[in-house]
Amino acid sequence: MNRRIKEKIIEGFFFLNGIIVIGILVGIFVILVRNAWPAFHDVSVGDMIKWPSWNPDAYTTPTYGILPMLMSTLMVTLGSLAVAVPVGIGAAAYLSDVADPRVREIAKPIVEILAGIPSVVLGFLGIVLVGPMICKLTGRYNGLNAVNGSILLAVMALPTIISLSEDALGSVPRSYEEASMALGANKWQTVIQVKIPAAASGILAACMLGMGRAIGETMTVLMATGNAAEFPGSFLGPVKTMTATIAIELGEVAYHTTHYYMLFVVGLMLFIITFFVNLAADVFFHKHTRAR
Amino acid sequence: MKAGSSRIIEWLGFWALRACMGFVALILVIVFYDIITKGIGIISWQFLTQPPLDGMTKGGIFPALIGTLFVTIIAGLLAVPLGMGCAIHLNEYARDNGLTRFIRMSIRNLSGVPSIVYGLFGVALFVEAAHFGTSILAAGCTLGLMTLPVTITASEEALKTVPRAYREGALALGATKWQSIWGNVLPYAVPGMLTGAILGISRAAGETAPILFTGAAFFLPDIPNSVFSQFMALPYHLYIMSTQHHNIVLVRPIAYGTALVLIVLVFTLNLAAVIMRYNLRKKGIAHGQ
Amino acid sequence: MDNKIRMKAENVDFFYGRQQALKGIHLDIASNAVTAIIGPSGCGKSTFIRLLNRMHELVPNAVLTGRILLDGKDIIAPDVDAVDLRRRVGMVFQKPNPFPKSIFENVAYGLQINGMKDKGKIEERVIESLKKAALWDEVKHRLHDSALGMSGGQQQRLCIARCLAIEPEVILFDEPCASLDPISTHKVEALILELKKDYTIVIVTHNMQQAARVSDYTGFFYMGEMVEFGRTEVMFTRPRDKRTEDYITGRFG
Repeated sequence: MNRRIKEKIIEGFFFLNGIIVIGILVGIFVILVRNAWPAFHDVSVGDMIKWPSWNPDAYTTPTYGILPMLMSTLMVTLGSLAVAVPVGIGAAAYLSDVADPRVREIAKPIVEILAGIPSVVLGFLGIVLVGPMICKLTGRYNGLNAVNGSILLAVMALPTIISLSEDALGSVPRSYEEASMALGANKWQTVIQVKIPAAASGILAACMLGMGRAIGETMTVLMATGNAAEFPGSFLGPVKTMTATIAIELGEVAYHTTHYYMLFVVGLMLFIITFFVNLAADVFFHKHTRAR
Repeated sequence: MKAGSSRIIEWLGFWALRACMGFVALILVIVFYDIITKGIGIISWQFLTQPPLDGMTKGGIFPALIGTLFVTIIAGLLAVPLGMGCAIHLNEYARDNGLTRFIRMSIRNLSGVPSIVYGLFGVALFVEAAHFGTSILAAGCTLGLMTLPVTITASEEALKTVPRAYREGALALGATKWQSIWGNVLPYAVPGMLTGAILGISRAAGETAPILFTGAAFFLPDIPNSVFSQFMALPYHLYIMSTQHHNIVLVRPIAYGTALVLIVLVFTLNLAAVIMRYNLRKKGIAHGQ
Repeated sequence: MDNKIRMKAENVDFFYGRQQALKGIHLDIASNAVTAIIGPSGCGKSTFIRLLNRMHELVPNAVLTGRILLDGKDIIAPDVDAVDLRRRVGMVFQKPNPFPKSIFENVAYGLQINGMKDKGKIEERVIESLKKAALWDEVKHRLHDSALGMSGGQQQRLCIARCLAIEPEVILFDEPCASLDPISTHKVEALILELKKDYTIVIVTHNMQQAARVSDYTGFFYMGEMVEFGRTEVMFTRPRDKRTEDYITGRFG
């Protein structure tokens, strides 16, 4: 009997260990909401959307318009996906269907190593390498802009998109491939017309996860996009994303002021957006695994 | 004729795919080439063992190196045992029910939470509510939570490689569940769990956003003397040296040196994990698993 | 029956989730005898033997109704601890599953988890068990080598020794020779015949010759039901049911 109780206690201990994870997720949400809540007393949702700028330090009336940073995040994210999605799927298709095994043994670690580069290092390269390059190509004085951020975010999203898309392609049943080849299709036709469509929901899930990474990425955009609080004009102008806004301002803001609470509002929005992007990835991923 | 043109299309298509992979490889080459060639010049014993001098325009990165070491250790101390415990629950005890699925969904979602949001959470929970202040402890805990999904997933994978037969064999001899886990599962899973833990920790070592407001300091002449001290950290130092310093161009070599040390550190940890994993797999085959 | 009844299954139904794996099984298991369970694959024989020491509980969504008695007491009852039960009803698996430890440690493991601390006693019991399992002469000079370096047949006899060490009353063999060569199979069968003097034995096998060679009683399972049960020599010479006859004459399975 004693032994049974001991076993129950041990099991209970690990159970607690397991539900801590839920506690953390819920905890993050609750803390964000609690710290964001007071902001809504001071600033109405209408104003957040109506004000064309985020200017919390204004001498007379500070404004907390969130649209500029929302637009900025959207721009750099879409910009990065425009590069990362085609290149990522192409590289994944290469790894799964074209590369011979020896090349793959070398190529796969390349993807893993790329995933391991700290974001601050990429941000640094955005300043010293990508920025000057953009200046040279466009003749502008400043290379820290949305394009720069998009390029770096593409680098950050690529490993996720490549490795998960490759998994998705690899899990397409061999019989599909054989059926297509047996009908006289060549390898290229098989890859494009059979394998990629069959893996579509898995690849979509990979792209969503890559997108989630790009939206939430902080250091690279903080360092490489110029951080101007105005409404972004073009891809060649500076932008200030949601993540960069928090990163710059939370260090300087007085605790428990409207500005402080507004930064948590931004954090909450980020949390919710990435939550749904990841949820969508999850749904696509399950669709992919169930299809087999 | 038709067969000929489709062959040309195939040839072109395959080269397009190769170009995609080549582009990815090229990015990696550029990153490493630039940082190594421009960073290697400044690396010296003094650079690694001296604090920054003369308004951070000279000297080394010693306090940042030590700070990163400390904060990473704390992150590991939090994330590794918690991750192992959670994985043991999921793989050994949990039934396939709604709660378990909710736990798994939470893990996937936690791994997608932006690092800056972990930073916000760390400020509210560890810096303020727990009264850790901006400190190594607060920053370490924040990084630890961020690493948790990685250590859980890796630990669970390690548990899955232990054959069911070990568990059944022990249970059939009248071992209790815990005896079978402790004696016949964990000894074979722990090396794999630790490999995954190192991978997770290497990511924590390179992270900047979560420590921005939870304890990282611009400049401290001395190394921290308690877990409640603020600290310098390599990634934060690189950020400072490349964007916040009063003479960015002058300190550029120091920034390059810091970047080089940081990626060497991260990749040494990664390499250690990869080698450990490789050895484990080889041993696994020898065991006939 | 000539022997005393040791275990008894009464009206046992078993489900994996919604799928019924066993239907209304009644079976008597005699003391100091070998009871064989035969049948084509998927007939539920392995499922059944795992109920006898409650190994089925490792599978989620397993539902068992009916009673399984050991010495007249229901072992499925909630107040019976599966751990205690498994110390009385041992099991040898289809594939030899020694732990990746030394030969000695494998046999000693069951003693240690049962709280035996005296090193001398443990050693005594390990040697005794290895002798009973007819393995001692082959391994006495390499007790501290890894068990994984043994041949398959030796590994299986090691698993038997490991089981004997904790002195069970009933031993369940789940296709113990399925992965062994003929010579090793012969050794294990000889061992089973030797062991029935002291133990109650249940063996699941898909090999009818093996059932005929080692068992005193045989039950024929087909599609989750027990079609026929009786003394082995009777069943193999004068089966009552058409399906049994078809099976033992090799017309299916």
